[in-house]
Amino acid sequence: MKQTRTDIMGMPISIEIVDANLSEESFTAAFEYLSEIDTRFSTYKFDSEISRINRGEIKESNWSEPVKVVFALAEKARRETEGYFDIHQPNRTIDPSGVVKGWAIKNTAALLAQRGHQNFMVEAAGDIAVSGMNAGGGEWSIGIRNPFNREEIVKVVYPKGKGIATSGSYVRGAHIYNPHDAGDALDTVVSVTVIGGDVLESDILATAAFAMGEKGIDFLERTDGFEGYSITKDGIATQTSGFSAYTTI
Amino acid sequence: MKKFLLAAVLIVASVGYVFLQRSNTTPVDAAFTDSVTTSIKTSSTAAQANTTTSTPTSKPVSPTPVATKPKHAGQYSDGTYTGSVADAYYGNIQVAAVISGGKLTNVKVLQYPNDRDTSVEINQQALPMLIREAISAQNANVNAISGASDTSPAFNQSLASALAKAKA
Repeated sequence: MKQTRTDIMGMPISIEIVDANLSEESFTAAFEYLSEIDTRFSTYKFDSEISRINRGEIKESNWSEPVKVVFALAEKARRETEGYFDIHQPNRTIDPSGVVKGWAIKNTAALLAQRGHQNFMVEAAGDIAVSGMNAGGGEWSIGIRNPFNREEIVKVVYPKGKGIATSGSYVRGAHIYNPHDAGDALDTVVSVTVIGGDVLESDILATAAFAMGEKGIDFLERTDGFEGYSITKDGIATQTSGFSAYTTI
Repeated sequence: MKKFLLAAVLIVASVGYVFLQRSNTTPVDAAFTDSVTTSIKTSSTAAQANTTTSTPTSKPVSPTPVATKPKHAGQYSDGTYTGSVADAYYGNIQVAAVISGGKLTNVKVLQYPNDRDTSVEINQQALPMLIREAISAQNANVNAISGASDTSPAFNQSLASALAKAKA
């Protein structure tokens, strides 16, 4: 059974549970948990804790435990990605949504496991956690979207219990360019998919690798336990040397 | 002398290896690149045509922000409007909306998150030759899709502000 909500975190979130013991309460609990996270961390909600922190209304000593956890995760991610992953914005505010999405999916998967589920998938805007088997009793299969045509996929992968996430930019043909440096080779990468670890880790690494441009795939090659698939604007994909482990069942 | 010979052998071997790799991969890549680039152009032209004429498409379309906006056709003044700079978590996004015939016909991405602090040096150690391939459409029978999110709040925010300026 699969349920999708579009009113949380400003993106469609889907949960599919294929266990025989599935109950409506599992979906309700999972979506309620995601709503709580959204209420606390949304930079688009005026009264969210993160908005209040950004307005200087809450002292650091009064930050909630989830906020402290997320900020610590973000700082760890910043260090591990050579500074490419950073929740600090140029205008000095903090936007932790890059951590929150992966963290929320990871925790929702843990919540479902705690409720006794073994075979399920949690997905939000292309970041996916899978567990066990799909409804057909096989490996969960994920398509990597064609960055030039969202109706198509260009690769089928089987994460086998690992996290998967894709980071990229909005692209329409050759309209994309870097106004600061039109010849900048960095803007050739339009999509980076990462498989490995949990969905929080793969999400952070996909974001960081995308920000690195063409060097991103080399960064992933050097990162143990994670594989990557990057697509440039000319439609050429480069994959890390261990990526093929995820392209077959 | 032994060292010199060893160095010479190594140089010849690596040049030969590079040449072999190139002769193996380059022509194939180039051929694929051309066909892919062509097909991309074709499909984006097709998308453009659908957007501007509202012809029903045969495929089930999950509309992009660009495709949905022209439903309110005629409410904008022609021109190019630059949206606000919006913070995505990984940097800034800024778009410009191109209005033609009162409809949104194109979205230009002026800024997107890749102009990062280039002072961060990436350790360029020797890496194995990574596998490259031209992308091609696959059977879409999968449990879920992972793709670049083109409806990021920052993107929408910048586009919304551009369209607000375009309102007649």
